Parts: sequence; C-alpha cells; structure tokens
Amino acid sequence: MSNAMLNDTQNQPAVREIQIRDALQEAMTEEMVRDERVFLVGEEVGGYNGAYKCSRGMQEKFGSKRVIDAPIAENGFAAIGIGAAMAGLRPIVEFMTFNFSLCAIDQIINTAAKARLMSAGQISCPIVFRGAGGAAFQLGAQHANSFEHFYAYTPGLIVLAPATPYDMKGLLKSAIRDDNPVVFFESELTYGRRGPVPEGEYLVPIGKADIKREGTDVTLITWSKNLFLTLEIAEQLAQEGISAEVVDLLTLRPLDRETVLNSVAKTHRCVIVQEQHEVASYGAYLAHMINSAIFDELDAPIGLVSSLEAPMPYSKALEVVILPSKERVLEAVRAVCA
Amino acid sequence: MEQELLTDLYSKMQRIRRFEEEAARLYTEKKIGGFLHLYIGQEAVAVGALSVLKDEDYVMTAYRCHGHYIARGGSTRAGMSELLGKVTGCAKGRGGSMHFYDIERRFMGGWGIVGAQLPVAAGLAFAEKYKGTDNIAICFMGDGAINIGSFHEALALASLWKIPVIFVIENNYFAMGTPLEKTAATDDLSIRALAYPMARDTVDGHDVFAVRACIHAAAKRAREQHLPTLIEAKTYRYRGHSMADPAKYRSQQDVDQWKSRDPIKVLGEKMDALGMKAIREQIDQAIEDEVQDAVRFAEESPFPAPETALDYTYV
Repeated sequence: MSNAMLNDTQNQPAVREIQIRDALQEAMTEEMVRDERVFLVGEEVGGYNGAYKCSRGMQEKFGSKRVIDAPIAENGFAAIGIGAAMAGLRPIVEFMTFNFSLCAIDQIINTAAKARLMSAGQISCPIVFRGAGGAAFQLGAQHANSFEHFYAYTPGLIVLAPATPYDMKGLLKSAIRDDNPVVFFESELTYGRRGPVPEGEYLVPIGKADIKREGTDVTLITWSKNLFLTLEIAEQLAQEGISAEVVDLLTLRPLDRETVLNSVAKTHRCVIVQEQHEVASYGAYLAHMINSAIFDELDAPIGLVSSLEAPMPYSKALEVVILPSKERVLEAVRAVCA
Repeated sequence: MEQELLTDLYSKMQRIRRFEEEAARLYTEKKIGGFLHLYIGQEAVAVGALSVLKDEDYVMTAYRCHGHYIARGGSTRAGMSELLGKVTGCAKGRGGSMHFYDIERRFMGGWGIVGAQLPVAAGLAFAEKYKGTDNIAICFMGDGAINIGSFHEALALASLWKIPVIFVIENNYFAMGTPLEKTAATDDLSIRALAYPMARDTVDGHDVFAVRACIHAAAKRAREQHLPTLIEAKTYRYRGHSMADPAKYRSQQDVDQWKSRDPIKVLGEKMDALGMKAIREQIDQAIEDEVQDAVRFAEESPFPAPETALDYTYV
C-alpha cells in the first residue's frame, strides 16, 4: 500500500529511496521492455535525457526509433501519437510542461477522448500524455498554470495527479497499460523529491484514492504536489489537538467517490486544497459532489482553498500570495472545525 | 480487365452520387439532423484515389466523408442508418454524417475539426512504419484546411520523420462560402510542399484516371521510400457547403461548366462508346435498388436504446 510506503517504513526491510524523475524513468523503461508497442516522444526526451531528466539513458537503451526527439510542435506530435495509438501502438507523449499542452488540447479533447464514442468502439486510443503541471518557483504567468480541470472535465479521458515517488511509478505503469487515453500530471518542483520505491514490479490502480494519513476530526482532500503541504499541515493540526485525515485523490477522473465519501462521513468536516483557481475548478465540483451525496453528514460547510483569481505574477513576494499557503489552509480548517 | 475497371469505378461513383441525393431528400424531410455536407461533384477524387490502394492501407478524411466511406467499400445500409441516427449505422448512431467509420476496411473517419485529421493520419502511417509493414495512410482535406497550424505541423513532421502518408487537398474552390482567392495567396496549393520539403503533384480531380495515376505514384513513393506527398486535386462540389447553404456566392455559369465535365457523366459516356451501355444501365438499376433498400433499411431500423447513451466512452 502506498500509505505504508509513505509513513511506515520502520517495520519493513530497508527500501531504497529514489527521486520522482527516476521513478518515472523506471516506469517507462520497464513498460518499454515489457511491450514493444510502447514508445516515448516529446521535446528533449532523447539526447537531452528529458528537460527534467525523466528519461535519462532511455534513448541510449532503446534507440531513436522508440525514444523520439520531437521538434516544438505539440499539436503535431501529440496527434501523431494519437494516430499511432489508433493503429495499435501505445505511445507516451511528454509535454515539457502542461502549459504547452494547450497547443495540443484540441487533439487530446476532440480526437483522443472522443474517438471511441464517435466510432462506437471501433477505435481505441491507448496513449499517455504526461509532463509537469502547476506552478514552480517564479516561472511567471504563462508557465505556472494548473490545468487538471480542463482534462478532468472531458469524458473519455482518464486524469491522474499523483504526488509520491511510489505512486508516480505505479500509476504511470498502470496508465501505459490502460486502453484509454490518459493525462498524467507531474510537478516541476518535486522531480528531485525522494521517497521509498521498492525494487521490482508493482502497479498502483487507476480510480483508487489513497488515505495518506488517518484522522477523525476533519478530512483534507488534495492531489498532486499539494499532498506534501497538506501532510505538513495535518502534522501541525495534530499538535493543536485536531486529528486530520488526508485523502490523496491520485485519480481525478474517474473519481473514487467511495473513499472520499466514507472519509467525510466519518469526520463530518472537509477542506479541499487545490492549486487551481476556485471558479469552475475541480475542487468546486468535488465540493458539490460531497454536498449532494452526504449533506446530512456535514457539520460545517466544505472549505475550499485555491489559488487566488489572477494570472500568476512573477515576483516571489506575489507568487506566495496567489498560491494556497499553509496559513490559508489552517484558517480554513479552523473555520470548519470551529 | 479494362471493362472490369470501368465498371468498378463507375459503380462506386454512381453509388456515392445516388446515396447522397437520397440523403439530401431525407434531410429536407427532417429525418437527418445536424449538418449534412455533400460530396456530390467530387466523387472521382475518392474513388480514383482509393482504387489504387491496398486493403491494409489507412484512409482518413474530414467531415465531408460519405464519399470516401463508400469508395472504400462501406455499406450503404450502414451509412444511411448512421445518417438517420440508427443503431444499425456504421457508428451505431454515435457519429452522424461527419463521423463515418468502418475499421474493418481501415476507414478511420470522418473528423470535424478542420485540418486536425492530418497529423492523426500521419500517426497511422507512422505506426505502420514502426511495425515494419509497407502499409501507408492517405488523408483527404478540403482547400479550407491548408492555413491551419495542424496542416503545417503534420507536413513538417511527416517530412522530417519520413512518414509514408499521402495528403490530398480536394480543392473545390470554396472554404465554406469563402472563395479560394480570399484564403490563399496562390492558386497552386501543392506548392506548400516545397517548404518542408516533400514531393508534390497537382491533378484534375474530375478525371478519375488522372487521379489514379497520381495516387499510384505517391503510394509507391510512400511504400518503397517512406516519403510523404502533398497532392492538390482540383474539383468542385455542386451543392452548397452543407444543406443549410444555398451557395449564392458563386455563379450558375461556374457550376454548369464543372457539371459539363461531370466525372460520372464522362465515364458513363465512355462506357457507352465502348459498347458497355447495357452493363452501365444494369449498374444504374442495381444501384437504384441498393440505395432504396438502404433507405428502407435505415428507416425501419431502431434507434439506439436510451440506456446506452454512455456506452463507448471508456474501454
């Protein structure tokens, strides 16, 4: 269990700790060894070893037929991946960041996500689009977008946003083996983050959320790199006498409603922590889903902590104001627990 | 051999023509919803091109797709049923006029975002090269597709990665209602191939034999050398952009001039001159029967069940 991998390594044999970029590289390498149809295409993935070194050594191992350096043409190479998937291959398309995926979003939404329905199941599109999403340090407005909801909005896509090295590896392997188009969010800020990843084969299932910390007073729901912030906050809350349960969604579509609802029904209080802006966001949907399913279980309105409603300014003095902060999350938790 | 070929080409063009004339009638009776873009006038392009390809080659096109579907051998019953939104349609009523599919014949649709099908078709051909086959892909588009980014990205990547794909611009001189001189600075559309670069050709799209020769050469280039080709086929659609368009932006004289060289009429006259009139008349009758049967079949077929509305969203 990933829960165990994150919190409880004392009672197990020593497990190696590796960086997220290497966990991703292992996932892709293992799947490419396992299945000849899998290939990787994207900007800088070959000779440069990936803009964030997630494909280190892969072109050397698999050759330029299977690890393909693409020119800067996201629409074009994403769509070539889609066509190749329709013809029976299993492409991994790397976007240097999801900011640039907007150049390809027509192909992802209008072609990959809809091919199966429009053809009544004659065409499948087993493809993975992966890359970094969200803000990093001071990248400015055009390189700091959180776009999960654009994709999570779209029926036909599977949308994954894991955080830990263990989940990154196991979920990416599941994504590559899945027969649907998958959008897989990583984070520039955490590629170097280390965590326990066992040797050998394992998969993390799509569509299953994971309780990363158990608690009884309030449920904190999050995904992607905000998991780490949320776990820190839960630790601080424990010192204040508030027992917080942390639900790591891992999969945004299809949502694991059962895990979310069971947790909130247990704690009766909920705060959602997201990097998206609040208006029309994934967190807003999540709050609606919980409200409509188990309104009677709630002892307080659901808290939603989001980025403020402005494009990301460059200065570090302003960036921290926009992003969800520890202080804003604590304030929201105290409000629902009051 | 010659007779067999003429019969085949004529049958396919006539089948498309009569299928679409009946579709237009059903549209005015409000039995077909949404958009209905007719291919009438352009039949020689799809029929000529697909007549020289292998069964294993991939075919992809834009939203004006009935002609390519039928030229590839798609069933008129399934096509007409799709137009009526019936469960017996070639996409079980999920696609509609713009999204016909027949994967058994490697007819891959039927796509509605102008130009977006080009890089996807390149991906089909990319996969065949990756797998080590000598199969290729052919991708059709209208002249309206040549200015959008995906056209240029597809051509650039197909040339760079030596992808065995044929891109065919069916230049019918109008992007919806806007004439070509307002959308392109040259009337030589295949000239754009020079920039990427790739081989190019220009062909009279009303001449089914010229189309065959042109595609045959491009297919050989793709199969043997993994090289793409950009082709402009000059043609004309006799109807408006869709059934909603009375096409008042062009002169009747222009339409009549193209109709005087109508590919079906020309080929029919050729067959008659070769003493094949009786065969041609038999074909006409058989197609008439087939199309009427397709309409009847479609009208009698059931709609998809409401509880299946979410089917085919995920594997």
